[in-house]
Amino acid sequence: MNIGIHSYLIVSGLMFAIGFLGVILRKNTLVLFMSLELMLNAVNLALVAFSRYNNTMDGNLFVFFIITVAAAEVAVGLAIIVALYRKRQTVMVDELNSLEN
Amino acid sequence: MTDLLFYFFSFVALVSALVMVLNPNAVGGAMAMIVSFVATAALFVLLEAYFLAIIQVLVYAGAVMVLFLFIIMLLDVDKVEAAYRFDRIGTLAAVCGFVLLASMLVVGLSSSHLPVPPTELVASNPDVISQSSGIPFTSSSKSFGYSLFTKYMLPFQLVGFLLLAAMLGVIVISKRASQVD
Repeated sequence: MNIGIHSYLIVSGLMFAIGFLGVILRKNTLVLFMSLELMLNAVNLALVAFSRYNNTMDGNLFVFFIITVAAAEVAVGLAIIVALYRKRQTVMVDELNSLEN
Repeated sequence: MTDLLFYFFSFVALVSALVMVLNPNAVGGAMAMIVSFVATAALFVLLEAYFLAIIQVLVYAGAVMVLFLFIIMLLDVDKVEAAYRFDRIGTLAAVCGFVLLASMLVVGLSSSHLPVPPTELVASNPDVISQSSGIPFTSSSKSFGYSLFTKYMLPFQLVGFLLLAAMLGVIVISKRASQVD
């Protein structure tokens, strides 16, 4: 274990920032949702690194629960996107502006 | 050797994540996302979390991304985005993101110690360490089962209930949308 926890945390932070950039930058709702998954993944990496370097199992179990909840979230979110597409015929966020005045 | 593997897989994970964010084609982005998830699973292996690495490949790179690709192809969004959102709000939010990243890097690089419980608390109450320390780390998946059925019994059952609720919710959403048509 020559690599310290800081290296893992820096990789995790960079990945989180890339996902955040995707959420800001993109218009396609599906890509936006994938960027959210990337941010969750970055948090998972940080939790596993904490768990390994703290010598406890709890972080690993937390990641297990996060992956389960993320799978449920993806299923519901994609169902909502499909319902939105059926109603509005678009998934681009700049065309979903019916609340804009 | 482990150092080289860490640098290689973190490089692959970050570059493919960047490709996913910047690729105007959604299917190509999903493919890059799969590469990023598999590289993250390799990082989990380097952290000796073998069970989580397998779960990551099966659930994220397998089920979740297949679902994403299926929906992308089902909706058939062939209209490529013309430009990224570089308007006023987008620029401001990008600046906020880089401030977030910079502050995380500064905090991560400067402070090199984790907080420890205060010594007088330990002296007066020796149980504080044994209470706060969790299940010791092992790389075997047996400890996962042991922890899930002892310490994390209630969250485990709640997650099962959550999966049931999500399944019912998806069915209801899909059914309502088809009745509207």
